Amino acid sequence: MTTALSDIEMTMGDGEQRLLDAIGHAVTTFNPAAVFVYITCIPAMQGSDVESVTRSASGRWKIPVLTVDCAGFYGNKNFGQRIAGDVLFQHVIGTREPDPIPDSARRQGIRVHNINLIGEWNVGGEFWNVAPLFDELGLRILCTLSGDSRFRDVQTMHRADANMVVCSKALMRVARRLEETYRTPFFEGSFYGVSATSESLREFGRLLEDPDLVERIEHVIAREEQRVTKELAPLRGRLTGRRALIFTGGFKSWSTVSAAQDLGMTVVATGIEKSTDEDKARIKRLLGPNARLLDNNDQAAILRTFEECHADILIAGDRYIYPSLKARIPFLDLDHVRDVGYAGYVGAIEFAWRIVAAVEHPVWNQVRRAPPWNLSVSTPRRNAA
Amino acid sequence: MAEIVDSCRALSVNPLIVSQRVGAVLAFLGLSGSLPLEHGVRGCAAFTKLFFMRHFREPIPLQTSAVDQIATVLGSDENVIEALRTVIERNHPEIVGLVSTTLAEFQGADIRRALGEFRRKFPVHADVAIVPVCAFDEIGGIEAGFARAVEALIESLVPAGRCPGAGSSRVNILASSMMTPGDIEVLKEWVSAFDLDPVVVPDLAASLDGHLLDEGFSPLTCGGVTRSEVERMGEAVATLVIGPSLGRAADILRTKTEVPDYRFSSLMGVEACDQLTSLLHELSGRQIPARILRQRAQLLDAMVDCQFYTAGTSAAVAGDPDLLGMLVGFLTSVGVEVPVMVTTARISALADLPTKRIVVGDLDDLEREAIAHSAQLLLANSHAVAISGRLGVPLLRVGFPQHDLIGAHAKTWIGYAGTRQTLFDISNLLLQARQGPQPYISIYRQIDGDSPKERKPA
Repeated sequence: MTTALSDIEMTMGDGEQRLLDAIGHAVTTFNPAAVFVYITCIPAMQGSDVESVTRSASGRWKIPVLTVDCAGFYGNKNFGQRIAGDVLFQHVIGTREPDPIPDSARRQGIRVHNINLIGEWNVGGEFWNVAPLFDELGLRILCTLSGDSRFRDVQTMHRADANMVVCSKALMRVARRLEETYRTPFFEGSFYGVSATSESLREFGRLLEDPDLVERIEHVIAREEQRVTKELAPLRGRLTGRRALIFTGGFKSWSTVSAAQDLGMTVVATGIEKSTDEDKARIKRLLGPNARLLDNNDQAAILRTFEECHADILIAGDRYIYPSLKARIPFLDLDHVRDVGYAGYVGAIEFAWRIVAAVEHPVWNQVRRAPPWNLSVSTPRRNAA
Repeated sequence: MAEIVDSCRALSVNPLIVSQRVGAVLAFLGLSGSLPLEHGVRGCAAFTKLFFMRHFREPIPLQTSAVDQIATVLGSDENVIEALRTVIERNHPEIVGLVSTTLAEFQGADIRRALGEFRRKFPVHADVAIVPVCAFDEIGGIEAGFARAVEALIESLVPAGRCPGAGSSRVNILASSMMTPGDIEVLKEWVSAFDLDPVVVPDLAASLDGHLLDEGFSPLTCGGVTRSEVERMGEAVATLVIGPSLGRAADILRTKTEVPDYRFSSLMGVEACDQLTSLLHELSGRQIPARILRQRAQLLDAMVDCQFYTAGTSAAVAGDPDLLGMLVGFLTSVGVEVPVMVTTARISALADLPTKRIVVGDLDDLEREAIAHSAQLLLANSHAVAISGRLGVPLLRVGFPQHDLIGAHAKTWIGYAGTRQTLFDISNLLLQARQGPQPYISIYRQIDGDSPKERKPA
C-alpha cells in the first residue's frame, strides 16, 4: 500500500495528515495485526515527522504502528533489511510469549526445543521442503524471519533456545542482539545442497546440547542422505565434470558453490560482490587458493569470464537471465523471485535436475549452429528424375 | 526407435480417425470452380459438410449421389451418371471431384466405368474435368484420403512430359492436409520472397482461408488453384512436397513431368525451416530476404526464452501420421518429450520418430497413455476436450476437426514465425498449468490469531 502522495502534498508538506488517514483506512478496512510505515525518499528529505504520526495512530487504533526509516538514498537493499531487523528487535520481538505446545504435537520421548530461522525467506516455497524435518525432530520453529511467518510469530522470537542465520548478513544483527540480550546461541548455515543441509541440522544438535536430539538428527541425516544419494545418482553422472560459473550475492556465493560441488560439478568462478571477508574465506576453503573470485558485476564481464573458463552453465540472479540467453548460454535462476525451491534434500534433487535440464536442453545446439546457407554443403535432399 | 502397437480393444471409444473421403473432399475444396461429389448415401455427405463447416466456418460446396436402399441393392452406377449430369448442368463447375465412399466401394460400384459411361452419354460436358477418387477406408484417415485425391488429380489433369517454360520461376507445392490454409499462405509468401512463383495443388489458402467476396455466396469453391495451373505443373523448376503422405503423389508427378522434387516431412522447427530457406536460396539464386533472417532470429530467441518452461515436460499427441511426425519433431526440438503418440494408421516409417510408443487407436487410448506416462500436455483435435478436463491436463488443439476454436484454419504452425507462436502457445499452457509448492503447516504452528479471517473487524 502507498499513500500515493501528490505533487501538491509533497510541495506543501501535507503528507502527515495524509499518512494518518491512510493508516486509519488500512486498519479499519483490512484489520491487520500491525502496520509498518516505510519512509521513502521524499518524506525523508522533507523531514516529515512520521514517527509522531505512527505513535498517534498506534494509540488511536490500539495496534502496533511502526516506522521503518529506510529512504532509498540511505543505502542499498541490505541496509534496508538491517534497518527493518532493528525495528523488529526493538519494537516487536519480546512483546508476546509463545503459545503453549499443542497436545496434539507432543510425542513421547521427544523433548521440544524452540528455535528461530533468521533470514529464511521461503523463496518459491522452498522452506516447505525442510520444515517437515524440524517437526520430526521436535524443533519448534517460533519464527522464520520472515519467509513464512506472522507478526505474532516474530513477537515470540526471544524465547528460542537456538537461532540459525540462514541467508542474510543483513539480519545478522538480529541474531547478535538476541544472543546479547537473551543469551540465545546462533550459527550461520544454509539449506542449499545436501552437505549444507546436514551440517545445519547438526549445528542445532550441538547448540541445543541434547544428546538424544543429536542421535535423532544423525538418524534423519543418514536416512535423507541415503534417499537423496540414490535419487541423485543418475543426475550426478550427467553433471560430473560440468563446469559452473556462479554469480550470486553474499551468503549464497559459497552455499551455492558447495551445492554445485556436491553434484560433482567444477565451479570455475564465483561472485563475491556482496560477500563478507568470512564468506570469502569460506569460498577459498571450498574452491582452493587459486579460485577465481569475481567482484565485477558487469554483465559483459561475467559473460567474458564464462567463455574464458569454458563453463557449461551460469548460475546467478535473475538480472543475468536474458544477457546469458542472448549469449546462448544455459542459465539457472537463483534469484529470490522464482517459483522453484532448491532448499533441503528435496531441493538438492530439484537443483540438480534443473541444471541437467538447462545444460542438456536441445535448443542450445540449434541456436548455436550456423544456418546451412552459411556452409558450403547444402542439405536438402533432391529427388531428381 | 518407437514401438508401434495396435489398440487391442474390440471397441473404438472416442474415435480419432476421420474418414478418408473427408480428406478427398478437402483436396477438391482447394481447386478453383470445383465441386466435390460424394458417391454414397446422403448422411455421409451431410457429416463431411458439417465437420468442414464447423472447422472452417465457411459454406462447403459438396454434393452427393444420394444412394438409397434400392440403389444399394441393385447397383448405383446410374446414380453417379445422374448426379454428374445434374451438378454440371445446374452449377457449371470446372472440376468435379468424384469421391466414392466405403459403401459404394464395398457395394462394388465402379466409378471409373460410370464416368466412362457418362462421357459417352454426355459429350456436351467433355470440357468439365472430372477426377475420380476411390476413398475407401482401408489404411489411414483424412491425410490418406487427401493424398489419394491429389494423386488422382495429377493422374487426371497433368499431361505427361516436361515442358519447362523458358526461365520459369514456377515452383509446384504439394502440401499435405496437415497444413492449414494459414500454413499454406505463409509457405507461398516464403517462396515468393525469393521471387519464385508458387503454385500449390490444391491451394486451400486461396479458398478456405475465410474471405468475404463481393459476389456473395457461390455453390462452387471460391478461389483455389485453377485447372490450367494444375495442367501446367510440368513447367515448374521444382516441386516442393510437404508431408510424407504425399510421397506417391510426388512420385506420379515426377514420373509424368520430370520436374525434380524436394521432400519435407515438416516445416516446423528451425532445422526444417532452414532446409527450405536454403533450398529456395539455391533454386532462386537470390539472397535470403532480411525479413526471413529476422524471423529466424526471433524464433531462436523464443527457443532460449522458453526452454525454462519446456524442460523436462512431456506431451501425449494424437493425430494422423504426417501431423504427428511434424509435431513430435518440433516438440522434441524445443525440449518437450513425447513418450507416447496415438495415430490412425500403422505406417512403418513412424517407427523412426523420437518417441517410445505409438498406439494405432483412438482418443480413449490417448487418455490411458497420457495417464500412464504422466503427460503434462495433450495435443489432439477438439474431441479431446473432455479428456483434458478429466485429466486436468491442458490441451493444444491440433489437426482436424477443431470445432470449438475460432480461427483454427487461419492458425500458422509452420515457418519461423509459426513455430515461434506455437512454442509460445505451448509454453503458456505449461506455465498456466504449473502448480506451486503446497504450503507445509507445522504441527507446532502457533494459532493464527492475527490472520484477517479469524479476527473480527474493529
